[in-house]
Amino acid sequence: MAFRAAVITFPGSNCDRDMATALEAVSGQPAIRVWHGDADLPERLDLIALPGGFSYGDYLRSGAMAATSPIMRAVIAAADRGVPVLGVCNGFQVLTEARLLPGALLRNAGQRFVCRTVSLTVCNTDTLFTAGFSAGETIRIPVAHHDGNYFADADTLDRLEGEGRVAFRYAEACNGSARDIAGVLSANGRVLGMMPHPERAIEPAAVPALGGADGRRLFANILASLANA
Amino acid sequence: MQVRVLVRLKPGVLDPQGRAVHHALEGLGFAGVEDVRVGRLIELDVADGTDHDTLKAMCEKLLANTVIESFTIETGAAG
Repeated sequence: MAFRAAVITFPGSNCDRDMATALEAVSGQPAIRVWHGDADLPERLDLIALPGGFSYGDYLRSGAMAATSPIMRAVIAAADRGVPVLGVCNGFQVLTEARLLPGALLRNAGQRFVCRTVSLTVCNTDTLFTAGFSAGETIRIPVAHHDGNYFADADTLDRLEGEGRVAFRYAEACNGSARDIAGVLSANGRVLGMMPHPERAIEPAAVPALGGADGRRLFANILASLANA
Repeated sequence: MQVRVLVRLKPGVLDPQGRAVHHALEGLGFAGVEDVRVGRLIELDVADGTDHDTLKAMCEKLLANTVIESFTIETGAAG
């Protein structure tokens, strides 16, 4: 299958190359690199990835400026058509600021930048991102963020949980996130935002020092789900 | 026309930055500080006659994230 993925680069993105490398490692196809100032996305995309980093220096709020960039209008239109979107770390912040996902990412409750590999519980395996995981499985994915403390009002949190839109929870205290939420899905399940970095855990064998292999499985899930669609 | 937009975290939204500043004030020996919340002041210089709805739209679309923040708009002479 010719897998066509685009990785968006904003000024201050710093995980865009890692994301492209991960996508290529898993799919065998080079990712298409797209600049934030572009007005249009390439055609026939199977996935749009918004990478981690500090877009626009986190000015105003993390992700706020990037959410207004020209390419985001195209990303929102593509998401509305059902093109899968994966936002990691700053990409998750951009997705919430663009209102493609509910809630917001606040400063970590402990005030400190958190940079380590954490355990996540897979909460919903009925999505194209998580289909190859087992329900309730614990996976290990690195985090590296200062503003990862997920917030939404109680009604929104209840709705997300009721609709199976919590993809991952932290299995250990991490950043103060409401209900330990680490990853959130859109209503149609095709947009995923997550603070942990799957692109930093793509070694074929589980090599803990290199982040392990669980991130690779997430990308493999996307490919397998699209191939089976 | 000078406009001041005051952006605050909504009540109930945790403010770790405010808490750290609170602790720092106590560390400097200031007693009696009950709470600290850190917000943001944005000063705009806009065309005279810019209407309130336009300013409100600026706040809702960019200057504040209404999921977590509230805002107030003050218009008036430069101070």
